[in-house]
Amino acid sequence: MIPTGFEYERATSVADAVARLRASNGAAKLIAGGHSLVPLMKLRLSEPGRLIDIARIPELCGIRQVGDAIEIGAATVHHDVATSPLIATRCPMLAEAAAEIGDPQVRNRGTLGGSLAHADPSADYPAVILVLNATIHIVGPGGERVVQAATFFKDLLTVDLDPQEVIVSVRFKPVVSAGYAKLHQRASHYAIVGVAGVLDIQGGVVRSACVAVTGASTHAMRLSNVEHALAGQPLNDESIHKAASIAGAGVAVVNADVHASEEYRRAMIPVFTKRALEKARARSSA
Amino acid sequence: MSQVAIIVNGKARKADVEPRMLLVHVLREQFNLTGTHLGCDTSQCGACTVLVDGRSAKSCTIFAVQADGSEVTTIEGLATDGQLHPLQKGFWDAHGLQCGYCTPGMIMSAVTLLRDTPDPTEAQIREGIAGNLCRCTGYQHIVDAIQLAAGRR
Repeated sequence: MIPTGFEYERATSVADAVARLRASNGAAKLIAGGHSLVPLMKLRLSEPGRLIDIARIPELCGIRQVGDAIEIGAATVHHDVATSPLIATRCPMLAEAAAEIGDPQVRNRGTLGGSLAHADPSADYPAVILVLNATIHIVGPGGERVVQAATFFKDLLTVDLDPQEVIVSVRFKPVVSAGYAKLHQRASHYAIVGVAGVLDIQGGVVRSACVAVTGASTHAMRLSNVEHALAGQPLNDESIHKAASIAGAGVAVVNADVHASEEYRRAMIPVFTKRALEKARARSSA
Repeated sequence: MSQVAIIVNGKARKADVEPRMLLVHVLREQFNLTGTHLGCDTSQCGACTVLVDGRSAKSCTIFAVQADGSEVTTIEGLATDGQLHPLQKGFWDAHGLQCGYCTPGMIMSAVTLLRDTPDPTEAQIREGIAGNLCRCTGYQHIVDAIQLAAGRR
């Protein structure tokens, strides 16, 4: 399959990428790993007149500790997140989620920023970014702005990102007591349902919980009823089971496709919520 | 047209390409390296897997212009001095193929797997080739072949 013709150029810095985006007057799209964009272009579902390659901009790559936070450059590939010793130690849920994205070849090319900007309803990262309360750092013609994960994902393939802006990095406070559990589509390895959960535990009691689902609806979203059900409860099999059993109840639109019916997806949200919370609990006591 | 310079199997190569030309087509049609196969053309089957800068990648999902300045290794670049690569030998000895269509991609994925995990478990091998589909073997002999190759290195 051959995409529509386009012009190709490489940006040398974030400022250069923003300038090139601006100069293209809306004709250009950014490409880094291209593992969301290239398949769409081959199907001619996306037909940009120009591609600006940002994969090799040094300031967009890498995983760093910044104070008590971790910062990941937007062009960092999934493999690097999955195998980072810093992420494995400080935020194992994120390494776990990154290691389950697609397949090895996809993880060698696909990037964090690309996944977030594209916001596929079945992408893994959005659920994890939501429960980490991460901030997304964006540069555009008007300078830098910071968007909370909670307000970034808007709707189907729609995020708070202007066509002239570049995602530069994602920043979050790492947390150990968190887990990601996912029902894989067997060929593409997209999440039919994926749930991320973070537990803040003190003295065996859940002070607060953050839970989010991906794959189920138009975009990743928090499961606030599960969070409320857990808050203030002693952490045990019963409280996890009870909270997980209502997961997805408040989600109005649930996807149905060739891989899973709405009924099946609805049935799987509590199952994978429970698994994510159990992983979080296991890590909290490790 | 754009000119791309890619080091393919250790040799510097140049090609004039339209930006929309996929790496797999440049390898096969301009460099005549037809060992890399185009399978599903939708980023799922892995038949087109090559190494880009040392790591497995699906050449149907990369524009050749993106690989400008990179090093690419195809199945043709594995054997040295007429000696098959341990993985090629492993696939031969353990009957890791039937029709052979998926084989070059399987082997290139396995090269990256064994680089990251020199002594993989069966589960790690199956995860390592999760991006490659085979419709003949049921995968068992492929897993055996990779295990055999890992043990011989």
